[in-house]
Amino acid sequence: MKVIILLFSLVAFSGVIFAETAEEKGLAIAIEADKRDQGWGDQATTSKMILRNSQGATSTREIRGKALEVKGDGDKSLTIFNTPRDVKGTAFLSFTHTLKADEQWLYLPALKRVKRISSSNKSGPFMGSEFAYEDISSQEVAKYKYKFIKDDKFNGRDVFVMERYPQYKKSGYTKQVAWIDKEMYQPLKIEFYDRKKSLLKTLTQHDYKQYQNKFWRPGRLEMVNHQTGKSTTLLWKSYKFNNGFKSRDFDRNSLKRAR
Amino acid sequence: MKIFLITALLACSGSLSANEWSGNMALEYRQFSYDALSSSQFKQYGSVAIQPEWFHRWEGGKQSLTFVAFTRWDEHDEERTHSDIRELSWLKVFDKSELRVGLRKVFWGVSESQHLVDIINQTDLVENMDGEEKLGQPMINYALINDWGTLDLFILPYFRERTFPGVNGRLRSEFYVDTSNPIYESADKENHVDYAVRWTHNIGDWDIGLSHFNGTSRDPSFIAGLDSSGNPVLIPVYNLMQQTGLDLQATKDAWLWKMEVINRQIKGSGYNAATAGFEYTFYGVFESASDLGLVMEYLYDDRNEAATTPFEDDLMLGLRWTNNDEQDTSLLVGVIADVDDESRLYSLEASRRLGESWKLNLEARLFSGLNNTTTSNQTIYALRKADFVQLELNYYF
Repeated sequence: MKVIILLFSLVAFSGVIFAETAEEKGLAIAIEADKRDQGWGDQATTSKMILRNSQGATSTREIRGKALEVKGDGDKSLTIFNTPRDVKGTAFLSFTHTLKADEQWLYLPALKRVKRISSSNKSGPFMGSEFAYEDISSQEVAKYKYKFIKDDKFNGRDVFVMERYPQYKKSGYTKQVAWIDKEMYQPLKIEFYDRKKSLLKTLTQHDYKQYQNKFWRPGRLEMVNHQTGKSTTLLWKSYKFNNGFKSRDFDRNSLKRAR
Repeated sequence: MKIFLITALLACSGSLSANEWSGNMALEYRQFSYDALSSSQFKQYGSVAIQPEWFHRWEGGKQSLTFVAFTRWDEHDEERTHSDIRELSWLKVFDKSELRVGLRKVFWGVSESQHLVDIINQTDLVENMDGEEKLGQPMINYALINDWGTLDLFILPYFRERTFPGVNGRLRSEFYVDTSNPIYESADKENHVDYAVRWTHNIGDWDIGLSHFNGTSRDPSFIAGLDSSGNPVLIPVYNLMQQTGLDLQATKDAWLWKMEVINRQIKGSGYNAATAGFEYTFYGVFESASDLGLVMEYLYDDRNEAATTPFEDDLMLGLRWTNNDEQDTSLLVGVIADVDDESRLYSLEASRRLGESWKLNLEARLFSGLNNTTTSNQTIYALRKADFVQLELNYYF
């Protein structure tokens, strides 16, 4: 009897190890990626977006960002626009949450008005670019369901190819296919499929650098919209860690004087 | 040595926008549909405005100085040709508080059609009849920031008079407002010290603001009089008042539910006024990236026909279209309709960026049904021939 139980539990145990499903493997990769990116605390960034329409005409936006890591929930972030000049000083405060609705406020400097805005617009374009709000908000494990597809090579690097399915409301995507670098646990490429399940956009992330001997950050992102022919380059000009930010730097008072 | 100094200066200015100049210039043209009611008025008005801004911050952004000047030249209206210091203020940030001293602009409230709760700054009415342009207000503002919300305390040591279109300006009452000799209830006149306090907090989906103001009313009443040449004019009267205000917004998915309520005690009697409504946004309409927002607000004032505002029992309907393109093209059309009579105020505001530094704004206002308005209010009756279109080209530097 004891032997049978032992045998049975051994079989069950080994089943967990060896018969890991594609979903479990996908989730394990996402958890590992999240774990490796924990503990960054806060960061300050400067970036530049170059928007290109289908005729190739460009327009640019210069953006500064501050972010604060929040353990067990989405991060807090403050985004300040330097150009185009007519929106200079406009600032955007966001408290992201894993599954419940994000909290967002916009500061309009001409009116000195702080406006609470709806966060339902996840699939809407960020500053007229090809990046949707959901593409640039903090990536939490619980936001997706995952499925491992295969091991592969991408630009000569070993990658996991996996699919992820947004679980939060109002996503513009039914599916994303991600090429995750096995050394950095960071995406090198993501394909976005729209609500009709057709390929909408492709994002590639370039020029990764490691900060604090731990955190990998890309220097350049290229987003191409296959349906409109438009594209956006996002250049991360600087990353700065250990700024000593507190939640006080991410409230409506700090939003009013962000500029 | 010089090179070293310049490098050091450059390094310093590069680190945190020290000594930074910016601003905008605007070329404006207004075309009225009808001939003016008075021979001193015109059908076309050209105008130029400039608003330079200087900003300096130090101590890692914990302290800053801001200076915003404004000046406009108008082709015909000598009252619209005017200048103002919009802002000249010093900011000091502490761990749990913020201190601001100087001339500033403050905005309170949530609604779109009118701003009842917003009381700190005087309206620069000659700029725009929508009342959203404000004059710089001298103040000491200390904000206490805690887990239970932000408490803003204001001392307002000087009063600014409202600006009004002159004899040669349009969008005015039949008799123009003579601003040279306003009447004050307080013996201290414009030197009366006003006080205000405001608490704001956010709890989940709810944003709440509670405020109280004690001082000279920014909204004047009028008495008939004569100007120095013996012409009949309106003379503004600024009474003392107390106003308590509440503003609330609930943000539920694509719904924004909004409410503003005030109680004002003035000249020994009190009244209540309110704005309540919603804004609902359809995202990604017409198979595109553009958004369509529906705005509906009800405007109420319990003084009814005796109200000094035309919005005493009115409904505002608006449609906001945001194209979300590289050029930020947007359009807002709306109407404020009196529930009890035929008076309607239609408005259209459209804008689009041109290139990187230019922006084109189009604004139109149409007035209808004002001939039979039950409102005894002169201001609105005087607008019966005031339909106009305005084009503005802005350059940002």
